[in-house]
Amino acid sequence: MAGSAVTDEMRSLIGEPLETLVSYPIDRSDIRRWALAVHYPEEPPRQFWDEEWSASSEWGGLVAPDEFNPFAWSVQERRRPDVAPVEVDRVYLMAGATEQLLGVAPPDLIHGLNGGIEVIYGDALMRPGDVITSTASISEYSERQGRLGLMLFTTTDQRWTNQVGEHVKTQRLTLIRY
Amino acid sequence: MIDPSVLVAGYEVPPFRRTTGFHNWNRYAAVNSEFVDIHMDDSAGQAAGFPGAVGMGNLTLAWLHAMFREWLGAQGRLVSLSGQFRSPALKGDTITCSAVVTSVSATDDRTRVELDVAAKNERGETLLPGKATVVLPRAVR
Repeated sequence: MAGSAVTDEMRSLIGEPLETLVSYPIDRSDIRRWALAVHYPEEPPRQFWDEEWSASSEWGGLVAPDEFNPFAWSVQERRRPDVAPVEVDRVYLMAGATEQLLGVAPPDLIHGLNGGIEVIYGDALMRPGDVITSTASISEYSERQGRLGLMLFTTTDQRWTNQVGEHVKTQRLTLIRY
Repeated sequence: MIDPSVLVAGYEVPPFRRTTGFHNWNRYAAVNSEFVDIHMDDSAGQAAGFPGAVGMGNLTLAWLHAMFREWLGAQGRLVSLSGQFRSPALKGDTITCSAVVTSVSATDDRTRVELDVAAKNERGETLLPGKATVVLPRAVR
C-alpha cells in the first residue's frame, strides 16, 4: 500500500521467534501471594492456597490463577535469536519497537500505545512445580489512517506451554505505533 | 452452583468490586514485579497528566479474571478474554468489573457463553471494555 510503514524485511519477521522465556518452577508461595494480592482485601479462592482442601476438590490440588505471571522478577532462561540486533535510537524502543532484536530496522514511528490484549486459554492449568515456556513472535501487521496519521498495529503472540508441552495460554498483545 | 437455565442473553455475572490505591497497587507490584513510577509516585502520575499515581492495567485485567473465577468456581472455565486499556484507575476510585451474556450455544456436553465485559469507575467511565468466552462444564488438566 502507498505510504506503508511495513517493509518487506519487517513482513519477513512474522512468525519468527522474538524471545523465548523459561520460568523457574512455579512455587506454592508465589501462587498464594499472587492470589492474595489480586483478591485483597478479601480471601482468595481456596484452590490457590489450601493444599488439603484443593487435593480433595475438583481442582485436584493447588492451581495458579489464570492470569498468574511465572516470569515476574526473573526467569531461568531467556533466549534470543542468534541475530545481531540493529542499534536504534531510544525513541523507537520507547514506542515499543521489537524488530531490531531480529536485525531489522523498526518503522519510523516514534509514538507507541498499548492497543489491547487477548488471552486464549488452553486446557492445562498452571500448578506448583510447573516450568512454563513462553515463545513470542510477531503474528500480524496492519495499518490504517487515523486522526494521528498512519497508525501501525503490530500483534505479538506469546504462546505459553508447560514442561510436557501442553498449551497453557496464548496472549496476543497489540501495539499501536504512529 | 450456576443454574445453566439462567444463562441467556442479558444475564449479568455477579460483579467484582474493589477500591483502588496503594494498598492493592503495591501488593500487585510486588508479585508482578511491576515497579513503574506512575504506579508508585503521585508526582510521576501528575507529570503524565493524571491527578496522581494510577493503577496498573494488568491489575484491572486480573480483577476481571477474579470476577469470572468467583462466579464459575470449578464449574466452568474462562477460555478467552480480550480488552482495551482505555484509561487507568485513579487512587480512591471504586472499580466495578461486570459481564453480560450476549449469546449462549450448547453442544451435547458443553455450554459456550459469550459475554461483553467491562471495568468501570464510579463515574461510569469504562477503563477496560472487552469480550470473554466461558464454557461449562470445565475440562482441564
